[in-house]
Amino acid sequence: MHDAHTAGSTTGPDFDAGPAVECQAVTIRYGTTTAVDGLSFQAARGEVVALLGPNGAGKTSTVEALEGYRPVQGGSVRVLGLDPRADHTALVARIGVMLQKGGVYPTLTPVQVLHLFSAYYPDPEDPDALLDVVGLTRARRTPWRRLSGGEQQRLALALALVGRPEVLFLDEPTAGVDPEGRLIVRDLITAQRDLGRCVLLTTHELGEAERLADRVVIIDHGRLLAEGAPADLAAGSADGSIRFTAEAGLDITGLVTALGAGAQVTEERPGSYRLTLPTTADTPAMVAALAGWLAANGHALGDLRTGQSLEEAYLAITGSRGEPETSDDGSGSHGRRGRGRRSGRRGSRNEQQTGSDGQSRSEVA
Amino acid sequence: MRPLIAQLRAEVTMVATNGETLFLTLGIPVVFLLFFATVHVLPTGVDHPVDFLVPGILALAVMATSMTALSIGTGFERGYGVLKRLGSTPLGRPRLLGAKILAVLGIELVQAGVLIAVGALLGWHPGGPGGSACIGWAVVAMALGTLAFGGFGLVLAGVLKPLVNLAVVNALFVILLLLGGMLVPLDKLPSWLADISKVLPAAALADALHAALGQGVPPTASDWVVLVIWAVAAPVVAARTFRWE
Repeated sequence: MHDAHTAGSTTGPDFDAGPAVECQAVTIRYGTTTAVDGLSFQAARGEVVALLGPNGAGKTSTVEALEGYRPVQGGSVRVLGLDPRADHTALVARIGVMLQKGGVYPTLTPVQVLHLFSAYYPDPEDPDALLDVVGLTRARRTPWRRLSGGEQQRLALALALVGRPEVLFLDEPTAGVDPEGRLIVRDLITAQRDLGRCVLLTTHELGEAERLADRVVIIDHGRLLAEGAPADLAAGSADGSIRFTAEAGLDITGLVTALGAGAQVTEERPGSYRLTLPTTADTPAMVAALAGWLAANGHALGDLRTGQSLEEAYLAITGSRGEPETSDDGSGSHGRRGRGRRSGRRGSRNEQQTGSDGQSRSEVA
Repeated sequence: MRPLIAQLRAEVTMVATNGETLFLTLGIPVVFLLFFATVHVLPTGVDHPVDFLVPGILALAVMATSMTALSIGTGFERGYGVLKRLGSTPLGRPRLLGAKILAVLGIELVQAGVLIAVGALLGWHPGGPGGSACIGWAVVAMALGTLAFGGFGLVLAGVLKPLVNLAVVNALFVILLLLGGMLVPLDKLPSWLADISKVLPAAALADALHAALGQGVPPTASDWVVLVIWAVAAPVVAARTFRWE
C-alpha cells in the first residue's frame, strides 16, 4: 500500500525544510482554566513524537489546536508551515487524524466507512488493502458499533491513514487495544515514519511512549517538563542507584559494611531496596558485592535493576515538579525549578547528573 | 464531485439500512394512509377520505424525513463525534450539508412515489373527482416545507443532547401530526388551537398540499407567507446555533 509516489511526495522538489509540526509558546484556555500554558515543541518529518503526560495534562488540547479544532489564546501553532485554522481547507488534505474516541458512523461497516473516507482524498490508499493491513479483513462487514474497542481503534487509525497524510495526529492510538492489536498499531506507526511522515501521538502510558516514539515530550498542567529520546530521558535522570528486591528487613548495616565506604542502602518499601553508590563506584563490582553478601547470608535475590526506566524518569519529572511557579515567563521551557536538562533545550539533554539531583529525586522515588 | 457522491451514498445507505428511520419515513405514512382510508374514523369532511388523506400524509412524510429523521440522525452523528471527525477531512461543510439535503430530497421522492401509488390504488383522484392537481405548486410547497422542517430539526440537533433530541423530535412529530391539519382538518380543532397551528409550518404545508392536490387550486397567500418565513428563518437559526462537537 505504501508506494514510491507517497515517499516521493514528502521529499520532492516542494519539500518544506521547516518542522512538520510546531508549537510556539502555545496557551489554550477554557474560560478561566488554562489547559495549555506556554508550550513549545516541534516535530519533524520522519519522526514519531509522543506527547506524554497524566490525564488532564493538556495533550488533547494541544493536538486539537494543531488539528484546527480550537483556537489558541497565545503563541502560535503551525502544521507544514500552515495555520491549522486559517489554512484549514489546504491543510486537511495533508493530515490524518485519529480522535480519542468515536468519530465513525455507528451503523456503517469498516469497508463502507473506509471507502467513504477514501473518496474525500485526491490520492487515497486502496481501502481494501488498508483493511488488511490493520487486521480488519474478517470484521470488514461488521457494523462499527459491534466492533471490539481494539477493532474500533484500528479502524480509526486506518481512516487517519487512508488519505496518505504527511502528518498524522493520533490521540491515544493504543488505548483499549489488545496486545496483538498494539503490535499492528506500532508496526503501522513505524512504517509511516519510515515513509518520511511525521507522527504526533499522545499517550499516558509510558511503555507505549518508550516503544513507539523517537522523541518524548513530557507535559503536565499544560507545560513542558522534559523532552528527548526515551533512552536519554531515562538515562539522563538515572541517579546511579541499584534497585533490588529481597526479603523484608535485611540487615542494612551489615550490608553497607560489606559494600564498603560511600554506599548507602535504604529500604524504600518492605522488601524493596535502593542502593546508592558513591560517584566513583564501579557498578558491576557493587552488584557482585551485593550478590555475594546476599548469598553469604542465605537471602534470595528478587529483581535487580541498575539505571532507570522511562517510567521512573517520568515519575521523577512529573512528581518532583512541585506546585506550578507563579513567576512563569510564559515560554514553558524556562524558569523551571531544579534540573536544567528538563528545560527541553536540545543539546543539554545529555548533561551529567550531579549528586544533588539524586537527592532531590529520592523524595519521590 | 466524488466526495459529494460518496457522502450522498453513505447518507442514503444509512437511511435504507436503519429500520427505525424506514419505519418513520415510509412505514408510518403508508400505514396511516391505508388505515384511515379504509377505516373511516377521521372527520375528513369529504366523501372520499383518501382525497383528503393523500395530500395530508405527503405533508406528514416531508415532516418525518426533513425534521424527524434528519434531526435524530444528525444529533447522534454529533454525539458520536462523527461530525467532529469529518471536520478534519477535505469533505467540508458545504458538501456534507449538500449530501444531507440531496439525501432528504431523494427519500422524499421515494415517499411521494410510494404514497401516490398507494393512494391511486385506494381510488385517489388528484385535484378531486374530475379536477386536475397543481403539481408545480405542490412541489414548491414541499421544497419550502423541507427547508423549514430541516432547519428546525437541525436547530434542535444542534442545541440538544442526542437522546433528549430524539425524545423531543418524536414528540413534536406526534403533536404536529395531530395539530398540523394532516389527518384532521384544522376546522375540527378548537379555534384557539387552530389559530396556533396556522402559524406553524406543518399546517401551512398540509393546507398548501390540500389546495394544490386536493381541490386543484393554488395555495393561499397565508400558506406561502408562513412557509417562506419558516423556510428562511429556520435554516438561518440552524446555521447560527449548530455545534459540530
